[in-house]
Amino acid sequence: MTENHNHENHSSEKPLGKREMSRRQFLSYTLGGTGGFLAAGLTIPMIRFAIDPVLQPKQEADWVKVVEEAKITDEPKSFKFQVHQVDGWYESDPELEAWISKDAGGKIFALNPTCKHLGCTVNWNGSAKFKDEYYCPCHEAHYTKDGKSLAVAPLPLDEYKVKIENGFVYLGQLGPNTRVK
Amino acid sequence: MLKSVYNWIDERLDITPMWRDVADHEVPEHVNPAHHFSAFVYCFGGLTFFITVMQILSGMFLTMYYVPDIINAYKSVDYLQHKVAFGVIVRGMHHWGASLVIVMMFLHTLRVFFTGSYKAPREMNWVVGMLIFFVMLGLGFTGYLLPWDNKAYFATQVGIKIAASAPFVGEYVKTFLQGGEIVGAQTLTRFFALHVFFLPAGLLGLLGAHFYMIRKQGISGPL
Repeated sequence: MTENHNHENHSSEKPLGKREMSRRQFLSYTLGGTGGFLAAGLTIPMIRFAIDPVLQPKQEADWVKVVEEAKITDEPKSFKFQVHQVDGWYESDPELEAWISKDAGGKIFALNPTCKHLGCTVNWNGSAKFKDEYYCPCHEAHYTKDGKSLAVAPLPLDEYKVKIENGFVYLGQLGPNTRVK
Repeated sequence: MLKSVYNWIDERLDITPMWRDVADHEVPEHVNPAHHFSAFVYCFGGLTFFITVMQILSGMFLTMYYVPDIINAYKSVDYLQHKVAFGVIVRGMHHWGASLVIVMMFLHTLRVFFTGSYKAPREMNWVVGMLIFFVMLGLGFTGYLLPWDNKAYFATQVGIKIAASAPFVGEYVKTFLQGGEIVGAQTLTRFFALHVFFLPAGLLGLLGAHFYMIRKQGISGPL
């Protein structure tokens, strides 16, 4: 750097041109760069470590065999089933519930009984006041057989993916209701 | 951009004198490795502090996954090391750093001893340094148990027996450390609390005193 400078100008007294760098600037860039590199090398692994859960891909739930197809009627019935849950280093098999029924066209569908208002558990015909509806005891939210909200709750009941195989009903990933809005 | 942000704050709070007071101080020639290469021995204290900062940082991140419980401690360590991205590096930093900090601290102590830097008026700083040494050993001892594997368990078993052999107070120290009749559930939570709250708090206080005295008394003269 200094060599070129002297070669062209034969003087080191000349004030620095626009594109040249002072010794102080050069040193602070080099030291800052090296320091920044070291600091980054130390902190990046830790930050990546901390945000790992955010970067994990969302996993689709496994299919779970729940009940024989023949047992499903037009009237919704509650079925319990176990899913295998891996939570970090802790594995468990929590029991979930689904209300399964056939629609007018004979198609089988399964709803999750968690109320979309504040998360209490709804029941089919849970109240004499609301005949043939899902009813939530907490704030009287009620839903049609398709899960459509009729009062209180802002959204319809969530729906499980359903698959029929060899005469058995399998339930999969839980998601927003696809039958009604 | 950065400069104008800094200036904006500086105009209002006058922060320049604050960091100048901390960062801008003369380093005498006899401790500057650029003048005499052998002066690198004067870096050991700073390196000990640097590794201590690393230990605190990596330890903070490790507690995002670790649980101090006899059922889950080993599983959580296994999980954070093998399943979480960079877990092996973060735990590795804490694992190797723990040994390195003891080594660096020992070298720093040797430098202070052989340059006679502990002599008047710096005796108090020597004493504080010794206290730091024991707190560091305590951090090493308590941290060793946390993975809750066989090595951790039996090292603690032995360590507590050594403590128990002290005359008069031994049994009390043993019960205090164990928190119960055996090395078990209560020992693990207790060691965790000591390792992440009590000892680091003591360490930070002592380090503050250590650095304050260096600044107040200056670096000891050449040999």
